[in-house]
Amino acid sequence: MSQLVCWVQELLPERPVAALVAGRQVTVVRLHDDRIYAVGMWDPYSRANVMARGLIGSRLVDGEDVPVIFSPMYKQAFDLRTGVSLSDPEVSLGSWSAWCEDDQVFVGDCVADELPRREVLAAAG
Amino acid sequence: MSKPPMSRHCVVVGGGMVAHRFVEALRSRDEAGEWRITLLAEEPRPPYDRVALTSYFEKRDPELLNLGEDHLWEDPLVKLRKRSQVTGIDREAKTVTTHWGLEVSYDALVLATGSYAAVPPVEGKDLPGCFVYRTIDDVAALRGYVERLQQDNPGRQVRGAVIGGGLLGLEAAGALKKLGAASEVVEFAPRLMPIQVDEGGGEALRRLIEALGVKVRTNTATKSVGGRERVEKMTFADGSTIDVDVVIFATGVRPRDELARAAGLPIGERGGVIVDDGCLTDDPSIYAIGEVACIQGRVWGLVAPGYAMAEIAVDRLLGGPATFPGADTSTKLKLLGVDVASFGDAFATGEGALSVVYADPVAGVYKKLVLSDDAATLRGGILVGDASAYSSLRPMVGARLGADPAAFLIPAGLEGAPQTDLPDEATVCSCNNVTAGTIRCAVREGGCTDLGGVKACTKAGTSCGSCLPLVKKLVTVELEKSGITVSKALCEHFDISRAQLFDVVRVTQLTSFSEIIARHGRGRGCDICKPVVASILASLGNGPILAGEQASLQDTNDHVLANIQKDGTYSVVPRVPGGEITPEGLIVIGEIAQDFGLYTKITGGQRIDLFGARIDQLPAIWRRLVDAGFESGHAYGKSLRTVKSCVGSTWCRYGVQDSVGLAIDLELRYRGLRSPHKLKLGVSGCARECAEARGKDVGVIATDKGWNLYVGGNGGFTPRHAVLLAEDLDTETLVRTVDRFLMYYIRTADRLQRTAVWLQEIEGGLEHVRSVVLDDSLGIADDLDAAMAVHVGSYRDEWRDVLDDPAKLARFAGFVNDASAVDDNLAYVEVRGQHRPATADERDAGIGLVDSAGRRRRVLIPAGMVTRGVER
Ligand code: SRM
Ligand SMILES: Cc1cc2nc3c(=O)[nH]c(=O)nc-3n(C[C@H](O)[C@H](O)[C@H](O)COP(=O)(O)OP(=O)(O)OC[C@H]3O[C@@H](n4cnc5c(N)ncnc54)[C@H](O)[C@@H]3O)c2cc1C
Ligand code: SF4
Ligand code: FES
Repeated sequence: MSQLVCWVQELLPERPVAALVAGRQVTVVRLHDDRIYAVGMWDPYSRANVMARGLIGSRLVDGEDVPVIFSPMYKQAFDLRTGVSLSDPEVSLGSWSAWCEDDQVFVGDCVADELPRREVLAAAG
Repeated sequence: MSKPPMSRHCVVVGGGMVAHRFVEALRSRDEAGEWRITLLAEEPRPPYDRVALTSYFEKRDPELLNLGEDHLWEDPLVKLRKRSQVTGIDREAKTVTTHWGLEVSYDALVLATGSYAAVPPVEGKDLPGCFVYRTIDDVAALRGYVERLQQDNPGRQVRGAVIGGGLLGLEAAGALKKLGAASEVVEFAPRLMPIQVDEGGGEALRRLIEALGVKVRTNTATKSVGGRERVEKMTFADGSTIDVDVVIFATGVRPRDELARAAGLPIGERGGVIVDDGCLTDDPSIYAIGEVACIQGRVWGLVAPGYAMAEIAVDRLLGGPATFPGADTSTKLKLLGVDVASFGDAFATGEGALSVVYADPVAGVYKKLVLSDDAATLRGGILVGDASAYSSLRPMVGARLGADPAAFLIPAGLEGAPQTDLPDEATVCSCNNVTAGTIRCAVREGGCTDLGGVKACTKAGTSCGSCLPLVKKLVTVELEKSGITVSKALCEHFDISRAQLFDVVRVTQLTSFSEIIARHGRGRGCDICKPVVASILASLGNGPILAGEQASLQDTNDHVLANIQKDGTYSVVPRVPGGEITPEGLIVIGEIAQDFGLYTKITGGQRIDLFGARIDQLPAIWRRLVDAGFESGHAYGKSLRTVKSCVGSTWCRYGVQDSVGLAIDLELRYRGLRSPHKLKLGVSGCARECAEARGKDVGVIATDKGWNLYVGGNGGFTPRHAVLLAEDLDTETLVRTVDRFLMYYIRTADRLQRTAVWLQEIEGGLEHVRSVVLDDSLGIADDLDAAMAVHVGSYRDEWRDVLDDPAKLARFAGFVNDASAVDDNLAYVEVRGQHRPATADERDAGIGLVDSAGRRRRVLIPAGMVTRGVER
């Protein structure tokens, strides 16, 4: 399954956006070299749906320049390719497959769920 | 040798500066705990920095003057007894008695009773209104008296006079000025500071001091002080009189040797307890140190020789052989903001001494170097008006200058005097007697890797601070020599500091992050360097901060021009310049808050914060605000926040200037100015300071002649009071000075370094900054002025910019594929008639939750319901 979320021109390089994919909030990013990634919107540290407001950059991990997204709340860094927190492998944003075709950006299946798993707020009364 | 069964008891009489140093040194050297110490101190407080006494008028908090670390007094081997005046010594029984009858026995007794202020037998010297200037209590009493007079006679300036034009007298005259009183100095000798400076220096000093509004009478003897119940006038020997309300006697000090006299210890001809080179009196159990001691035939009225004596006494108590090496009377002072320094053979009394003099009466500078007969070796000197060369010259006394003497006297540029390599033996810090060698060694072998470490380990620079620039230079050179580069790296992507990066961007005129990081960094940046580059580009006037690639550099607050809150919503803070707002304005804000269900609160910055706006609601809220004449308050930016004002002369019966008007002008001038950290200003309409201007980065306080300008204050984690930069400026000069101050800060400060820390860290400190912004010592004033003019001329409201630009508006869609959907995680509970984000527990319970419009909460996006998507 996959879903068209926007035109690639709507994605400024290194400025993520939020998208709704199958009812779940997803952060979609286009890097400066046009690679596209999608991770969860839920920031496990601040417990709010904010990741699409984070900055994009890179971190040197074992000699490799890893593309990362920083939480806008408390600035933790997550690997954009996997959604996993750089400081704690037990914490992850979750990740989705994502690509660009004919200038259109698609998000596919959820590849990994967020960690820890989040209880969705139930409707009250 | 076995350890004594019980530690011996050392009793110290007096709790002054030298006593403090003694206790500190003994505790740090006596590792075995051979001695326990009792300090009997007459004053009601722990030892404090008497040298900095005058700063009490600015800080007003006596605790800020406390010396050393508090834990010294928690040491089980140290007992500090305050309010304990020793009234007698029984040398037979080896005990001392305090005024309230406590008897304490000692194995060793250390007299550190200092001096008292000497008052000449002038008629009327005991009238209310006469003061001396020695202790915090003296100064507090003086302040209380002046403030009472001011309250009783609001229309008239209190008139003060100081008898004595030496170091203390000028300090006291400065104190009177700070209190807002008129100040006049009466000196018996033909010039001011006759002990430290020669005729030429005295003349320059007089001109500088008179220019500050302090009257100076030399060659004048005071005959009497008169008045019915309190001081009203002074009469001089020539029969002339002046009207005064307050008189301060600053006519010298006398050793407090009365205890020693009564105990039969030998006393020097001009007072002081006679001690040998090991600080021991005639009694083998009694030492005397500091201003009370008469060593090598004289009494020293300075703190450095006192500290040396403290170290010697400690060494002797621990069985060491230390002897007094003689002392140096070199001094560097800042009196009323005027530099005075005198060192070595200042009066050229040595054989064949030559003097080289540079005098600039217009600039108020007098400098003299005393040299050996071949003009090669430095022997001493006097510097008045500009003592920036002091820290490099004084350690060279006795050494060959190695450069043309004139080069040291010409007004210094950025680098100051030529830098020649100091010999290891040269004393760099005279207060604490630390040589260049000791500092180098602390870096090379002691493992100190920064200035702070060297200060802690050698004590260099911890007293008057005048040696700090030189200490810093030595530390840096030494670190570099040992191959340690002092890391200034911004983050893993840039090896240079913010200030260096600023220069790089300015010089290369690069305007995009990609180019900058490709040429001067590595990788793709992070949450540290990206906002820094964005701020630098913005400070250099590279267009709106959200244009083009710049948008991806901004932290979410700057990107959406609002402040993110804990649940991912934002707050909106419209600018309310100077805190002045019309009733109509208040109503509009209230209506908007109601319509969007926002929580409202008055901020600490005299304006209104509206909390809980979703990202998609921001443009609509701004639209309403902008239409009503509001604009962005930049609560999100590292930029000007607010200019706090008090109501000032517009309404207040004490106001002397229109503080609200000036605050508004300043806020409109600097709004939107991007800087290394946030900037806050304040303007108070009189010295009562209701706008708390001295807690701001730039504080302006009205005087009856204009404005006093203070810089470098802040609240926050480490609160600091701003310090005086310039006095009685007219509005135009004030604005120009603030322009330059802010621009210079923006250009040279580090990331997230507020002005206070910047002033502390920048080489040359406040003095340097003052010379740059007031005297254009770097020749960059035009450049700074032009940069500010560009900012003022290109200012645009960032909210309006977004509203006018459909491309930018698109960024505020909640979701790129559904602009109308909202976050399903927002939930609120009611509190005091408004609502706030629900806590985790409240969410789990799921009870009583409302959405931000105050309705019972419903699930706003049912799972699985997706709009505008196409299946493939
Ligand atoms: C709203 C307000 C508190 C209030 O309810 O009154 C506030 C709120 C915040 N302050 Fe503040 N400060 C507010 C007045 C102050 C004041 C008082 C003042 O300005 O007179 C101070 C002390 C004075 C000072 O800055 O020197 C103050 C010292 C700080 C500091 C510490 C700065 C420092 O140098 O140590 C921070 C942290 C920082 O900036 O790094 C901070 C940071 C913050 C942040 C931005 C923290 C954050 O990132 O979430 C808060 C969010 C603001 C928002 O969401 O709108 N806030 N903050 C005040 C807004 C004033 C305004 O109208 O703009
Ligand atoms: C305004 C001002 C500015 C100065 N500026 C400088 C400067 O720039 N450079 C410089 O080198 N020096 C300066 N000095 C001088 C410097 O402060 C003194 O040299 C230094 O404080 C001497 O230290 P001390 O411990 O010997 O005496 P003090 O600091 O005077 O301490 C003596 C203490 O002993 C207490 N005491 C006295 N008798 C008794 C008793 N019987 N029982 C119990 N306690 C007793 C006193 O109350 C006092 O607290 C300045 C002094 C003043 C007042
Ligand atoms: S003091 Fe702390 S909690 Fe209060 S507003 Fe400022 S930053 Fe927020
Ligand atoms: S010379 Fe005073 S602290 Fe160093």
